[in-house]
Parts: sequence; C-alpha cells; structure tokens
Amino acid sequence: MLDERRLITVLQHGLPLVSRPYAAIAEQIGSSEQEVMAHISAMKNRGDIKRFGVVVRHRKLGYQANAMVVWNIPDQRVDELGSCFGKFEFVNLSYRRPRRMPDWPYNLFCMIHGHDRDDVLNKLAQMITSCQVTDLPHAILFSTHCYKQRGAIYIHDQSTQQETTRVRCA
Amino acid sequence: MNKDSGRVDSIHNSHAYKLMTASNHSPQQLHQLLNNFQHSFPVSTTPYADMAMQLGITESELLAWLEDLQSEGSISRIGAVFRPNRIGVSTLAAMAAPENKLQNIADLISAYPSVNHNYRREHHFNLWFVVTAENQSRLDQILLEMEQQSGLRVLTLPMEKDYHIDLGFPLQLVTNHA
Repeated sequence: MLDERRLITVLQHGLPLVSRPYAAIAEQIGSSEQEVMAHISAMKNRGDIKRFGVVVRHRKLGYQANAMVVWNIPDQRVDELGSCFGKFEFVNLSYRRPRRMPDWPYNLFCMIHGHDRDDVLNKLAQMITSCQVTDLPHAILFSTHCYKQRGAIYIHDQSTQQETTRVRCA
Repeated sequence: MNKDSGRVDSIHNSHAYKLMTASNHSPQQLHQLLNNFQHSFPVSTTPYADMAMQLGITESELLAWLEDLQSEGSISRIGAVFRPNRIGVSTLAAMAAPENKLQNIADLISAYPSVNHNYRREHHFNLWFVVTAENQSRLDQILLEMEQQSGLRVLTLPMEKDYHIDLGFPLQLVTNHA
C-alpha cells in the first residue's frame, strides 16, 4: 500500500535523474514502480498536481523582470477579470486574495514576467486594454531582489534542513 | 489565447544558452527540451529515454545535460508542481520593513525552511514571501513566530481563488542573432 505522505515528501524535491526514476522513488518509499506511477497520475487527475514536467527558472532564461500587479476590483467583477487576466500567456498567476483594510485594498493579484521593465509594462498595457480596466485602481510591484527561491516544501524531513543552505535565486 | 507575436525572447543571452553552446546540443534541442517537456512529460517507466529519443540524443547525454542545467540553475527540477492548498496549506505574506533593517529581516524570513519564495518589491510593503506548512495551525504558528522575531506585522494574503491556466513558461527561439 502506497503511503501518499511519503510519496509527496520525496516527490517535492523533484524526480531523480536516473533511467527509471519512478522505480527509484518506489524503492525509497517501500512501494512499486507501477503504484508510484498510478498514484502520480491519480494526483494529476484530481488536481493535486497542477503540472508535471520540467520546471524552469525564468530569470535564467532571459526573463529578467517580474512584477506583481495588484488590483482593487469590485467584488462582483473579480471572477470576470481574474479569468480575463489569467488567459494571457505572459501572466503566470491570477489569484483572488483577501483585502486587509486599511493597509491593503487589493483583491486580485497577477504575476507578469518580461525581459525588462518596459516589456512588463507593455504587457500590462495590453491586459488593461483587452480586459477594459482602465478605470480600476492598481499597483505595480516590481521585484528588485530575490532573497530565496525554490519549489514549495510542504512536508519537512531531514533533507529539508540541509536544503535551506543550498537554496539559490535565479 | 493571447499570442504576443512581437515578443523576442532573449534566450541567446541566457545562462542555459551559454551552457548549451558549451555542450554538444543545438539551440533547437534546448528550445525543444524547455518548451515541450514543461507539460507533456512522457508517461512511462523510462521518461528520460523517451525524451532523449524525441530530442535525437542518447538517454545518458540527456541525463548529463539535465544535471548541468539543474546545477547551473536554468532548471529548478523535473517533477510535480502541486496546486496550492491541496497538499498542505500556504499563504502569500508581506512585511513593511524599515530600509535599514530590511536585509536582516529578509535573512530571518529566508532561514525558515517553510519559506520557498522571498522577494524584495517596490512598495511600502517591501518584503514578499510564501510560507507553506502541513496544516493551518502550523502555518499560523510560523506566522506568529515571524511577527515575534521581527517585531513587525505580517500581512497574510492566502489565495482564495485561482483563475490562471498554467501553461508553463513559453520560450521562443530567436534564430537570427542580429
């Protein structure tokens, strides 16, 4: 019987670079290759795994600028505009989040990646025109420094403590 | 889907490209590797052999190449991107740190194994990070500890709804250097 918690613990660090990676994972968690593959498929089908494949670092690949664009949108329009923003291929995140008044009035968050600031701003202008949101208040938060960047670790094991020392930014 | 046809990706200036040109692989192969396998990763007991075949290289060449790309940092990993809040819980968080304390506070936050992203951004709230934990009570405990250690309030902004369709990261190959 496959232990999902153990599978996630191993899987969150990435698929090993060996000829039969699922067999290697199976050996680590006391399962079989077929069970591991079937379970990963099931997790994909039920949406726990959003995507499975090569995870690239955009900054290393020429996407030097990224901005978090936050919007204060009337509640009844959030779904419509969140979907509109989320369809652009250069937007790689479109989330509704709570407002925290009085400090934080923004309830919709998009992440835009571009080669430089102008590229990001051009893309934003394209979104504003296409989704017709010229009149809605927003703020553009460019990132100016990366202190830490790696895949999410949900379950901590011994390797996690060591991992923090070799985390890098792109 | 919006197609930004005017965009020119500067993949040629990237580390991956420099690394690739130092190895025996063509720009087309790099492009194919990074574009084709962000989503359609082969479902088989030997995924790397299948990928290698599509790229026209051997499995051992591919494994060595992936190791290089990974240690050099162009590839974070091969594997699963978990949907937020399906496996464990996570939240985006922000702090407004005084300029002279920002580096110290950023280091304090980065030191938490539960933090996976930590960025400085241009805003009054200048430190932005993501905290993940196994469950909500553990997450709350970590956030409280961060407030106590830093002496600053943490703005917590958990995702309520995801509107985005994850298409991975499209890269366009520039074939003309000029």
